[in-house]
Amino acid sequence: MKKAGILMILGSLLLLGLFEFPLWNIMLGAPQYPDPLGMNIYISGIKGVKEFDIQNIDGVNHYIGMQTIPKPWEMWEFRVFPLVIGTMAALGVVIGLLGFFGKVNHWWFLGWFGLMAVLGILGMYDFNLWLNDYGTNLDPNAIMKMTRPNGRPMTYKPPLFGHQKMLNFDVDSWPHTGGYLMFAGMILTLVAFFIGKKSKNIAQ
Amino acid sequence: MAVMFSGCNNSKSPNGNRGALASTAAEKVYVPPGEHDEFYAFFSGGYSGNLTVYGLPSGRMFKEIPVFSQFPTNGYGYSEETKPMLNTSHGFIPWDDLHHPDISQTNGKLDGRWIFVNGNNTPRIARIDLKTFETDEIIEVPNSAGNHSSSFVTENTEYVVAGTRFSVPVPQKDISIKEYKGNFKGALSFIEVAPETGRMNLKFQIMMPGFDYDLSHPGRGKSHGWFFFTTYNTEEANTLLEVNASQNDKDFIAAVNWKKIEEYINNGGGTKMPAEYAHNVYDHSTHSAKSTIKKEVLTVDPTKVPGAVFLLPTPKSPHGCDVDPTGKYIIGNGKLSADLTIHSFDKMIAAIEAEKFDGNAYGIPILKFEDVLAGQVKSGGLGPLHTEFDGKGNAYTTFFISSELVKWNVETREVIDRQPNYYSVGHVMIPGGNSAAPFGKYAVAMNKITKDRYLPTGPELEHSAQLFDISGEKMELLLDFPTHGEPHYAAGIPAEILAPKSQKIYRLEDNKHEFAALGGDETRVERNGNEVHVYMSMIRSHFTPDNIEGIRVGDKVYFHITNHEQDFDVPHGFAMIGANNAELLIMPGQTRTLVWEPEQVGVWPFYCTDFCSALHQEMQGYVRVSPANSDIKLSWSLGE
Repeated sequence: MKKAGILMILGSLLLLGLFEFPLWNIMLGAPQYPDPLGMNIYISGIKGVKEFDIQNIDGVNHYIGMQTIPKPWEMWEFRVFPLVIGTMAALGVVIGLLGFFGKVNHWWFLGWFGLMAVLGILGMYDFNLWLNDYGTNLDPNAIMKMTRPNGRPMTYKPPLFGHQKMLNFDVDSWPHTGGYLMFAGMILTLVAFFIGKKSKNIAQ
Repeated sequence: MAVMFSGCNNSKSPNGNRGALASTAAEKVYVPPGEHDEFYAFFSGGYSGNLTVYGLPSGRMFKEIPVFSQFPTNGYGYSEETKPMLNTSHGFIPWDDLHHPDISQTNGKLDGRWIFVNGNNTPRIARIDLKTFETDEIIEVPNSAGNHSSSFVTENTEYVVAGTRFSVPVPQKDISIKEYKGNFKGALSFIEVAPETGRMNLKFQIMMPGFDYDLSHPGRGKSHGWFFFTTYNTEEANTLLEVNASQNDKDFIAAVNWKKIEEYINNGGGTKMPAEYAHNVYDHSTHSAKSTIKKEVLTVDPTKVPGAVFLLPTPKSPHGCDVDPTGKYIIGNGKLSADLTIHSFDKMIAAIEAEKFDGNAYGIPILKFEDVLAGQVKSGGLGPLHTEFDGKGNAYTTFFISSELVKWNVETREVIDRQPNYYSVGHVMIPGGNSAAPFGKYAVAMNKITKDRYLPTGPELEHSAQLFDISGEKMELLLDFPTHGEPHYAAGIPAEILAPKSQKIYRLEDNKHEFAALGGDETRVERNGNEVHVYMSMIRSHFTPDNIEGIRVGDKVYFHITNHEQDFDVPHGFAMIGANNAELLIMPGQTRTLVWEPEQVGVWPFYCTDFCSALHQEMQGYVRVSPANSDIKLSWSLGE
């Protein structure tokens, strides 16, 4: 159980990477932007990959009536996410420590993992809602009103995950360093559960 | 059939298999779409007053940098911020004859920080920043006329020189031209360059005899600390120079030990004399230039500094003066001679130490030709002008009269190869050719006459440059391309040195322009008597404000416009109907000011001249101009 406890602690601590590294990254490339424009999504706000990318993405988007990219104080998520991540990391460390000293069993690890997975899915759902609003809630006075072949107004929701062609832009949306650290941490806590389970079986 | 075959063969035979060669040449200069050239080449624009930037090997022109000329394309010399750049002691001089570019060096190698150029007519030296490709500084050179033996830099860019082509009375005075001989002086000016900022300061002028100082080059390596200037008209004739200045079989190369003179000055030597000259500095944070008139210059009488200046006899009316990359040889090209003269720095020093002088000129010791001569290249051609080096022991000299580029070995002085030029070649450039470490892959010949090389364009054609591959034993002509104005020399540098540091925008937050409108809330219009100041901003695709009322006939309207873009290559333009100057082209983050003096009542439009977006055409606005006695209040708006 000691080994499992250590893994649980390490896994939870990896979440803290989100305070330093972006969770997600969206890049917009086009022939006239040989250096693609990009945004890094942190748990506390959105920043341009290059210094003026946000200003330039907003500039491009205003033709089709998209909103400007939200500032950190414009979305409650950027206040709440750091609290949730900080709390989950602390909780994970506490559970890991208790596991290390044999005060709780491996099911607590799985419980933490389950809670984190639910929160993660909620976070993704919320992120998708925002992307949806960002890409479809367009200014009715937009300069350009594009329609799909079927006559419906065009929307510009960036993909939640992967690549998509939007007008002249190639949009790529992928997890970034903070996100990968979080996934790796969650997998570690899952491994901690299985190791804990195994050591319990051996002990019996 | 036989006739057809023989006809076919005949048409091919004079050029051998030129078709195959030509396609090889095409491959060597072909830069596929989206790929970049290997070298930047900066060509002097001569009488255009500009410096033009080309890519090698493609020969594509990238940019024209206005230096000594007003430039309507972007408003340089028309906008209030840039007008001071063209100020001189003679007032506003919106033109000059731009001659010899030279790139800054560190330890004898190109460092790509700045490029210096000289204005030949109203003597000036300019420094252009190679991050922004904009003219940053212009200093006028007093006591000079025809700033021709210029603007070459020493091996750590300690100095940039400005030698006068025309000797003149110093100080200027009203005397008979016939009194030229013995009374006129030739000033060789040494302008120090601040290592961090590049800021120029005229440190001293050597008052030489009244010859014509033609070209110059710095010593390097062992000859670092010396500068060499060719002279003509050592006869000191003042009329019909084509005859009277061509009588002496030998003129001179003046060898100047500037370190010795620097020491003399630092110990309190030299004479301060009154002199008026302008020093114009552009500041990238205020986006504005300031012109200051300086009042004094430090002059040095060379006879007062023993061991500092010597004269090396050189046949005959030498033009080019070139020092090889090792600094051992000084090549003086007698433009009326058939031979190239190569002086040895070591022999010169030995002759000086042995005091083997052959008389003097106005007290300046003359060395014996035989004592300093390293050798001559015989039958190189006719009328040698300029020499560059490939860093592999070879020199490349242009011959104007026989119109050819000749490759020869610096040590053995044997001719290796010769290629005709079309036509009448002047300068030649090898990237890094005026440094200790040339990049000997290409040579560009700058030809004076172009006829029949391109489609005719009336009586005047742009000059023709020819690009040679010099990587092999023989030179190979790769490309003809037109150059703007009349290039006098060029400077080349590998793209990898410059491209990574090229500036893409000006940061708006660093904009310290006095009249900048940095945010939408700072845009406004203010009246001060009959002066109206419009603080305007621009971003794709509108001006703020776009409607202005309350302007009156007789007002002097200053449009101070700030470009709020922070995106690479998104300038906006500004043009006002009836403005009697030019447009403005304003870079991202920059502020520019245009003055407009409306003469007629009406509602007059302004617009963006540089296609900026899909809504570029909508980027426009109006100014209402009322009669001089009107009491309509100033007002301005956007989106109302």
